[in-house]
Amino acid sequence: MGLLTASVLAQAFALVFDPYVLWVILASAIFGLFVGAVPGLTATMATALLVPVTFFMPPVPAIASIVTATAMAIFAGDIPSCLLRMPGTPASAAYTDEAYAMTKKGQGELALGSGLWFSILGGLFGTAVLIAAAPSLAEIALKFSSFEYFWLVVLGLASAVFLAIGNPLKGVVSLLFGLLVASEGLDNPAGFPRFTFGSAELAGGLTLIPIMIGMFAVSEILRSVGRIDEPWEMAQTKIGNVLHGMWGLTKRYPWQLLRGSAVGTAIGALPGAGADIAAWMSYAISKRFSKEPEKFGTGHIEGIIEAGASNNSALAGAWIPALVFGIPGDSITAIVIGVLYIKGLNPGPTIFMNNAPAIYAVFMVFILANLLMLPLGLAAIRAAKQMLRAPREVLLPVILLFCIVGSFAINNSIFGVALMLAFGIVGYVMEENGFPIAPAILGLVLGAMLEENFISSMIKADGRLLAFFERPIAGSLGILTIVVFSVPLIRRTMAVPWRRSEK
Amino acid sequence: MPGQKFGPAWFPGLIAVGLALCGALLIGSGMRQRAPWVAAPEWVHSPRARAGIAALIGGLVFYVLAADALGFHITGVLLLAVWIRLLGASWRVTLPVAIIATLVIHFSFYKLLRVPLPWGVLEGWAF
Repeated sequence: MGLLTASVLAQAFALVFDPYVLWVILASAIFGLFVGAVPGLTATMATALLVPVTFFMPPVPAIASIVTATAMAIFAGDIPSCLLRMPGTPASAAYTDEAYAMTKKGQGELALGSGLWFSILGGLFGTAVLIAAAPSLAEIALKFSSFEYFWLVVLGLASAVFLAIGNPLKGVVSLLFGLLVASEGLDNPAGFPRFTFGSAELAGGLTLIPIMIGMFAVSEILRSVGRIDEPWEMAQTKIGNVLHGMWGLTKRYPWQLLRGSAVGTAIGALPGAGADIAAWMSYAISKRFSKEPEKFGTGHIEGIIEAGASNNSALAGAWIPALVFGIPGDSITAIVIGVLYIKGLNPGPTIFMNNAPAIYAVFMVFILANLLMLPLGLAAIRAAKQMLRAPREVLLPVILLFCIVGSFAINNSIFGVALMLAFGIVGYVMEENGFPIAPAILGLVLGAMLEENFISSMIKADGRLLAFFERPIAGSLGILTIVVFSVPLIRRTMAVPWRRSEK
Repeated sequence: MPGQKFGPAWFPGLIAVGLALCGALLIGSGMRQRAPWVAAPEWVHSPRARAGIAALIGGLVFYVLAADALGFHITGVLLLAVWIRLLGASWRVTLPVAIIATLVIHFSFYKLLRVPLPWGVLEGWAF
C-alpha cells in the first residue's frame, strides 16, 4: 500500500510544478501574508474565505492554496506583534509582549528575523513528521473498524475540551453545541429528519462552510468593529538585513528549536488544538526549562524562537489525523476535510493508495510553501508598514461583502448567508464569554462520524457495550479514553482539600 | 432489529442531558462568584463601534431579505457605502470603494467563478 514509487513522485511533481498551480500558490502566499499581518484577520479566516474560491479549482491547487496561505499567515502574525504589540493571528499571542519588548529595546530587526527564520524551520520540521508519520499510521488504520473509530473520535473530542484554554466546562458546552448542530437534518443512521421544522433547507443538513465563515470570519469582523476606536500605534524600528544573526541563534538555541517544533507538531496532531495553543504551551515550556527564566518578558529571544517554531510546525501536524482518520487536528483542517470530500480526496487510510500522487503533491506544496516563505516573508517584513496602514474602516466591510458572496456560492442559496449571519453572532457571543470555538467546530465536523460508528458498532455487537473493549486496539483506545477523562477528575477532587487549607 | 433502541432521538437526547448538566454547573459557579447576570461589552461606550456593529448585523439581515429582489449589485454597493461611511471614512473614499469592490466581486465571482449572483431589478441590464 501507499508505496512511494518513482512514478508516484514524478506524477506528484508534475501536479505541483504546473504554471497554474504555481500561480495559485504565489497568489495565496501574498493573500496569507496580508491576512496574517493585519490584526483581526486570522489564518482560519483566510481558510474559510479561500474555500468558496477553491470550490472551482482542481484538487491540488485548491489544497495548495490553503496550505500556502495558512503557513504564510501564521508567520506574518508575528509582524504586528513586533510593531504594534498586537498579534496578527491568535497563534502569535503567546509571545506578542515579548516581541514588542524586543522592538522597544531596539532589537526589532532580530525579533522580526527570528519570527521568519524559526517559522520556516518549524514548518519544515512539522512537514517532515507529516510525510514520515501519515503513511505509516495509515497502514495501521487500515485494520480499524467502527469500534476503533468510535474511540478515536471520543478521544479527539476529549482532547479538544481539555486542551482548550480557560474553563473546561465551557469547552464541554461548546463541544455539545457543535454535536447538536451536527445532528441536524436527514443525514443520520436512521435517515430520520431531525430539527427540520418542515423546512426543505433544514432537511438537507446545515452546510459547513457558511457556518465556518460565520464563526471564524463574521465573528472576527464584529470583534474588530467593536474595537475600532483602539488606535494602532506603530513602534519605530529600522528594518535592514533581518536575517543577520539567525545562524548564530540557531546554533545557540538548537534544543529550544527542536523542542518547540516537536511540541508544536504533537499539539497540532491532537484534535481540536492548533497553532495558538501550541505557541502558548511552547512558550511556557521554554520559560520553565530556560537557564535564564528571569529574562522572559523583558524582550528575550529564547521563548520567541521556541514558540515561533512551534506554531508553524503545528500546521503540518494537524494534517496527520485529518488525512489518515478524517479527524481534524485544528480548526483549519476542520475546514480542509470538507474541501477534501468535495474534491473526491476522501480522507481515510486508503487516501494513500487511491490518491497517492495528489497526496504527495500536497506534501511537496508544504515544503515549497515553507521555502517560499523566505523571500516572500522578507518582502512582507519590508512592506509591513504599508500593510498595517490599510484602513480598517474600508477593509472590514469589503471582507464582509466577500463573506456574503462566499457563503452564497457554496449552494447558490441565500440560506447560506442567513446561516453565516446566525453562526457569526453565535461565534462572537461565545468567544466574548469565554467559550472556545474550536471544540464546537470539532463537534460539528465529527458529530456524524461519532453517531454512525457508535450505532453501527452497537448493531454489530448486538447491543453489548463490552464489545467496545474486545478488539485489542479498540480496547487500548477505550482504556486510554477512560484514563484521559479520569485524570482531571481525580486531580480536581485532590485539589479541593488543598485549596481549602490555603484559605 | 438489534440496536433499534438507539433511534434517531437517542443522540440529540444525550447531548441535551449533557448541555442541561453543564448549564446547571455554570449557573452554580456563576452564582458562587456573584457574577452579574448580564454584562455589557466595552463597545457600547463608543458611538462609532455601536453604530458599526448595529449596521453590520442589520445590513446582513437586510441582504438576506432584499438581495433576491434588489439584486446583488444594488444591495452590495448600498451596504458597503453604509458600512464604510458609518465606520468613519469620508464620502470621497466611501463611494469609489463601494462601487469598485462590488465590481471586483462581480467580475471574480460572477464572471470568473460563474456564481449566479442575483440581478434582481437589474435583470434587464445583466452583463
